[in-house]
Amino acid sequence: MKLLVIEDDRETAAYLIKGLSESGYTVDHSGDGREGLFLATSGSYDAIVLDRMLPGMDGLALLGALRGAQIRTPALILSALGSVDDRVKGLRSGGDDYLVKPFAFSELLARIEALLRRGAQAPTETRLRVADLELDLLTRTVKRGDKVIDLLPREFQLLEYLMRNAGHVVTRTMLLENVWDYHFDPQTNVIDVHVSRLRQKIDKQFERPLLHTVRGAGYCLRAGE
Amino acid sequence: MTIAEKLRLPAARRWPAAGAILRRTHRLVRTHAFRLAGLYFAVFVLSVLGVLFFVYWTSADFVERQTETTLDAEITGLAEQYAQRGLSGLVQIVAARSAGDRGDGMLYLIANRDGRPLAGNISGWPDGTLTASGSLSFQIEVPGRAHEESHPARGKLFAIPDGYRLLVGRDISDAAAFRDRVKTTLVWSGLLALALGLVGGTVMSRNMLRRVEEVNRTAERVIAGNLSDRVPRLGTADEFDQLAANLNSMLDQIERLMAGMREVTDNVAHDLKTPLARLRARLELALLAPADKSAQAEAIRTAIGEADRMLATFNALLSIAEAEAGVRTDFAETLDLAELAGAVAELYEPVAEEKGFAMRVEGVDGVLIRGDRHLLSQALANLLDNALKYGDGEIVVAVSREAGRAVLEVRDRGPGIPEREREAVFDRFVRLEPSRSTPGNGLGLSLVRAVAHRHNATVALADNRPGLKVRLEFPEFPAFAE
Repeated sequence: MKLLVIEDDRETAAYLIKGLSESGYTVDHSGDGREGLFLATSGSYDAIVLDRMLPGMDGLALLGALRGAQIRTPALILSALGSVDDRVKGLRSGGDDYLVKPFAFSELLARIEALLRRGAQAPTETRLRVADLELDLLTRTVKRGDKVIDLLPREFQLLEYLMRNAGHVVTRTMLLENVWDYHFDPQTNVIDVHVSRLRQKIDKQFERPLLHTVRGAGYCLRAGE
Repeated sequence: MTIAEKLRLPAARRWPAAGAILRRTHRLVRTHAFRLAGLYFAVFVLSVLGVLFFVYWTSADFVERQTETTLDAEITGLAEQYAQRGLSGLVQIVAARSAGDRGDGMLYLIANRDGRPLAGNISGWPDGTLTASGSLSFQIEVPGRAHEESHPARGKLFAIPDGYRLLVGRDISDAAAFRDRVKTTLVWSGLLALALGLVGGTVMSRNMLRRVEEVNRTAERVIAGNLSDRVPRLGTADEFDQLAANLNSMLDQIERLMAGMREVTDNVAHDLKTPLARLRARLELALLAPADKSAQAEAIRTAIGEADRMLATFNALLSIAEAEAGVRTDFAETLDLAELAGAVAELYEPVAEEKGFAMRVEGVDGVLIRGDRHLLSQALANLLDNALKYGDGEIVVAVSREAGRAVLEVRDRGPGIPEREREAVFDRFVRLEPSRSTPGNGLGLSLVRAVAHRHNATVALADNRPGLKVRLEFPEFPAFAE
């Protein structure tokens, strides 16, 4: 998997390149908006991580130019501007995700992975499956083995998101943004309580747990340990 | 200093007092008020002159025409007499009319071919010039008090066959005197009007200037740093007073914002220093024991946790600042308050249940407001967070409509907040004594208030007997389908 990082701050860029390389990605870097746009249009990248404020060309303008050239590479915007308006502006100009600086590296990694999967996923899928857990999007039913599991609508959405990202870490913020569509951090551990409720229903009476907590990062739904 | 040297100096230094006046005059001339007054003055002068000239012209013309009419009538009368009675009859009549001073200033003269008078009250045939209207303008000598005076006269000729001529004239010295009188009167009244206009215009522009000057002086003082200075008001409710009132309320707002800003900076400095110091100490300790790898890793993890909490505080401060940016009325979204409350309550419901709280949403659907869903959700989340932290047993989120206002209430059964502290808890970083041990940054209610202001809503704390009742009142958005 090949990533393009467009970031002008040396230290942040070095930190991103090191972290992403260690996570198994091939990383190209540019510290300039124009050069970044050139690379993004010429190279074949699986995803782009770009800073919003760049020398040479503003990050949003870069994205606009890229989308104008019919290049649909998923892009994650990094920005110090964190208001809802800024976020909306970023997503409207062609960004696929928006992460406010400073961020935890685990958060960035989880989001890049989610972006990469989004591109690969068949959108017509109506049935999601992880080990013996099965979720039917049409009938809106969940089964584990032969046992039907009764979920509340929000729990269903939560499980759907976890299953779509099965095998990968999903952070609390990602859950809050994608399942509840809230962009603030609640002071209490509300997400943990929701997840533990879901866990009660899908894991409690079964031998093998599927929903795991990843310390310092978030959650992961997967078949193995 | 010689006189020559003195003369080479600029005027202002030669005569300091005159220089000051010159400068003042120069400044006065440059002002808009003065130019406006000058323009009005010019228009005023032109119209006054126009009126005066018209009056003069009509009155002079009137007198002239009256004279001509009289002369014409007299000649017509005498011509008839001549036709009936011949030359001798005419001479008799003219002689009769010329005898004695009748006080009407009429002049008669009949002369033969050589210009020798036959009858009349003029001694000889006068030299004169013909006017445009065909009458003769000449001078006559009249006995005055001391000596003979020369009076202007106007006359008409009537030619009698056989070379005789009849002149009928009139002494127009009275008319001329009248015209002079009118002229003098007009000149004086014109001068008076000009003087009055000049004085009035100057006073008016000076008056206007003084009030503009007051505004300018206040602005200069404010720029110099005295933010609490205000433009004086005269209470006349005119445009200048309104301008002063508006400027003053603008200054009030700026001063309030500045005070808020200063308070925030102080608070941030104070309240972020403590965790920063803690963070530093922790990292330093980890550095002191390099042998113990696991302890070091643990120290770094706690340090990251500490940094995350500080970031959360920063984010909360930024959200507040963003929400505090001012009242907005252009929200794109129309929100159902009960729906919004239900969604946030749903997020917190499991936490409430875990803590053994009963949480419920009461209220009617269709209470609509215009607003920002994210900000409002965050504000409500903060309220629920507080209720879960400090409340006990039961939390009610109630949505209602009261007197055209959309009302959102969060009620808990905790210890509540003493009345005297209900205002203070909205300030940043304020945490009441009993709650200092629980986690939190003291920014929750500040955000609630900022969001409320943003939505032109009011927020108030009240006693829930027992417990706390937080009440938000929004302007209701009128629904169409009701």
